[in-house]
Amino acid sequence: MANLASVQSAELVRKAPVGGPGWEHFAHGADIGVRGYGPSLEEAFEQATLALAAAVTDVPVVPKIAVTVVCEAPDNELLLVEWLDAIIYEMAARRMLFGRFSVTIRGRRLYGTAWGESIQPRHAPACEPKAATLTELKVFRDSAGRWTAGCVVDV
Amino acid sequence: MDPARFTRIDETAWRIEPVAGMRVPAVIFADEDLIRAMDDKVYEQAANVAKLPGIVKGSYAMPDAHWGYGFPIGGVAAFDPDEGGVVSAGGVGFDISCGVRTMLTGLAASDIAPVQKALADQLYRDIPAGVGSEGALTLDAIEMDQMLSGGAAWAIERGYGEAADLARIEEGGSMAGARPDCVSDRAKHRQAREMGTLGSGNHYLEVQVVAEIFDVAAASAFGLALNDVLLTIHCGSRGLGHQIGSEFLKEMAVAATELGIDLPDRDLACAPLRSELGERYLGAMRAAINCALANREILGHIARQAVRRFFPQARLDLLFDVSHNTCKAETHIVDGSPRDLYVHRKGATRAFGPGHPSLPEPLCSVGQPVLIGGSMGTASYVLVGTAASEEKAFSSACHGAGRAMSRHAALKRWSGRKVIDDLAAQGILIRSPSNRGVAEEAPGAYKDVGAVVEAAEHAGLARRVVLVKPIICIKG
Repeated sequence: MANLASVQSAELVRKAPVGGPGWEHFAHGADIGVRGYGPSLEEAFEQATLALAAAVTDVPVVPKIAVTVVCEAPDNELLLVEWLDAIIYEMAARRMLFGRFSVTIRGRRLYGTAWGESIQPRHAPACEPKAATLTELKVFRDSAGRWTAGCVVDV
Repeated sequence: MDPARFTRIDETAWRIEPVAGMRVPAVIFADEDLIRAMDDKVYEQAANVAKLPGIVKGSYAMPDAHWGYGFPIGGVAAFDPDEGGVVSAGGVGFDISCGVRTMLTGLAASDIAPVQKALADQLYRDIPAGVGSEGALTLDAIEMDQMLSGGAAWAIERGYGEAADLARIEEGGSMAGARPDCVSDRAKHRQAREMGTLGSGNHYLEVQVVAEIFDVAAASAFGLALNDVLLTIHCGSRGLGHQIGSEFLKEMAVAATELGIDLPDRDLACAPLRSELGERYLGAMRAAINCALANREILGHIARQAVRRFFPQARLDLLFDVSHNTCKAETHIVDGSPRDLYVHRKGATRAFGPGHPSLPEPLCSVGQPVLIGGSMGTASYVLVGTAASEEKAFSSACHGAGRAMSRHAALKRWSGRKVIDDLAAQGILIRSPSNRGVAEEAPGAYKDVGAVVEAAEHAGLARRVVLVKPIICIKG
């Protein structure tokens, strides 16, 4: 389980400190790329999800309700897409926004928790994520051992 | 892109010769300035589409083409099931059957002026817009399946629309071959409370005024005159389409290897039209088309009610309803012979020319209305399909302006509040739940839609009929 204290959206900066967790957006035509970094695969996934959440609103989201999801895919890249899609689904179906995430990966399976609250007018969401895509989909570990996980999200 | 990379066919057609696995050439329709401004990814993606099995004649990109997912946005490609042709979830996109519907209000700009602000507020109150908004309808399982089979016809039966609308909706308002049983429970659940919602991002409802006429005869056939007020809705199949798109994209990406398809890009995930997966996707995608048609019908109904609060006699006849993210079975002439093909249009509009049997009179004698969305504050266009478009790109045209800069760049450059104030000073009232959303969708973040439609006309894809300017815009 990753360190939850490190993933409070309101506290994050866009560029990650050297070696530490962080996230960023990158440009893609009409849509937006999300990318997370971290010392572990799980933290990189959590950070990518924070980037997704920040694409929707920059207003702090209160972690009132926890939602758990389990997903599975044949490789790490498709697992990232499954995870982001699962969060997008929960946002849409529950009319919620999330601001905090925890990810545990065992083999090809991901166990995740997202904390958030019902959408309020104060959140003034800027866009509605439709789906994670396979475009610019990359999950890898660099020579220094740091993980990167990201893809373009259709909004 | 560097124009030197292409074989230039004429002023507005640029060919990528078939090399390195391409089964057919790729052709981009655009003038030289648009080509130079276009992302190199369009070249790469148009060429990759040309590598897919069963592609017929060419891989095409419209003048508003930009970097998409596997297919470029603005991509058109037809596949022959008898030649191993495929259907691609990425080639349709996540917002299945996203499209535009335009209604004629029968009112003039001078009628709206005294109530413009009140009408804007009324539409904003009545039209559920933005992330998390809910429609007035909640569908149970039985009604969901009926909606997915019936499309706009279902909405009209439920009292949300007018029967006369059906003739002016593609497929007569009801897409045949829809299979609700191929739609997952998650997709249905995601949609249960989203019927009659506008959505977010670049989706909008606009009240517009005809500001310029290019083709008097076609404008007259469409019932359009200078200063006429139109009401236009741009949105799609909402959460249901998004969920179907994402589920099948992943399934096709995993299955491609087993199906023996060598994908040049994973986002091009596809399945043979004649495969269990391909047929299941077609059934689900057609259900999503019906969802989009029903959604726009309901939104049109809500908008009619809002306008009639101010103008009880307003007719609000439907001009047309077109989708721009679809794969449809169509018959096209290839090398002089008719062939039954599956035409993908990703961010491209069907543009049937005069005489097409699917068009009702009086549209049949002039051609299909092709509705081109602008962005807040910029013009939109009504075009008409041409006979030449059949030969050029399977009767297809552009769909909008296309973005000129990223959301992030737009956010750095503009504040939503200032965009709203500046547009108000120009007589355009914006209503949106999100100032940030308005900044990301600022008019300056889009390309010049005028250059796009001019190139489409020059290329023979469609002809300009009228230009319309917004006076009210409800943004999700």
